[in-house]
Amino acid sequence: MTASIEKVSIIVSKGSLEGIYPGLIMANGARAEGIEASMFFTFFGLDAVSRKRHEHIKVATVGNPGLHVATLIGSLPGMPGLMTSYLERKLEKLDIPPIPEFIEMIADSGAGIYGCQASCDLFGLTKDDLIDQVQAIITVGEFYSLAAGGQIIFT
Amino acid sequence: MPTVTYAGHDVIVNDEGFFTDPSRWREEMAPEIAKAAGIDELTPRHWQVITFMRDQYRVKGTGPTVRVLGKTSGVGVKELYQLFPRGPAKTAARIAGIPKPRGCI
Repeated sequence: MTASIEKVSIIVSKGSLEGIYPGLIMANGARAEGIEASMFFTFFGLDAVSRKRHEHIKVATVGNPGLHVATLIGSLPGMPGLMTSYLERKLEKLDIPPIPEFIEMIADSGAGIYGCQASCDLFGLTKDDLIDQVQAIITVGEFYSLAAGGQIIFT
Repeated sequence: MPTVTYAGHDVIVNDEGFFTDPSRWREEMAPEIAKAAGIDELTPRHWQVITFMRDQYRVKGTGPTVRVLGKTSGVGVKELYQLFPRGPAKTAARIAGIPKPRGCI
């Protein structure tokens, strides 16, 4: 047998659609391979698990060179919404679920979902502000204990 | 590629244990493949998923993803992972004698 990965801990630190999906795909893919996984949402990544925001995650249409849209055009009113619904349709065609459903699915797969204590303090968030799938708000030290013995992936 | 014997029949599998020829699969092989994949006993709920995998493979030429399984097999995502802790789509495909589903979801 070649080397194998037994456990991953994935940090999501960004709040844009393209900042959140990669971590979700990696966590879900880990569980699908029988790899233990947990997710830690920090800074603007908390939007992905915030009751108020998780259904309204948008693509960054400004300051995003990969999108190949001129900054002036990307900044027009309605552009983030337009680009987001365009990408969401494409994702759905590939059987990639919307963010709220995806996180529910990852939690159901047995992965741990955690919020970052420092970020929650910064934004004035409590566990009630976060979706039910979040098991706890934890400190960085607790995160390292949880991640011990596995790989840490920062996104 | 290795040859293994399930229920008295020789079959060729790839390095990960998936059948190279799904038409060689027989129902009576499933419990032995399951044991090799770490599942000691196949319950009717396991069978519901395995049968669904085979049907989907017949129609679509590939096994379903966990999302599709969770929505349409009658077994939800949580239970799928309880039944197949090492990965539902992957393990069920192996037991059902179909190729490993290839995809990121």
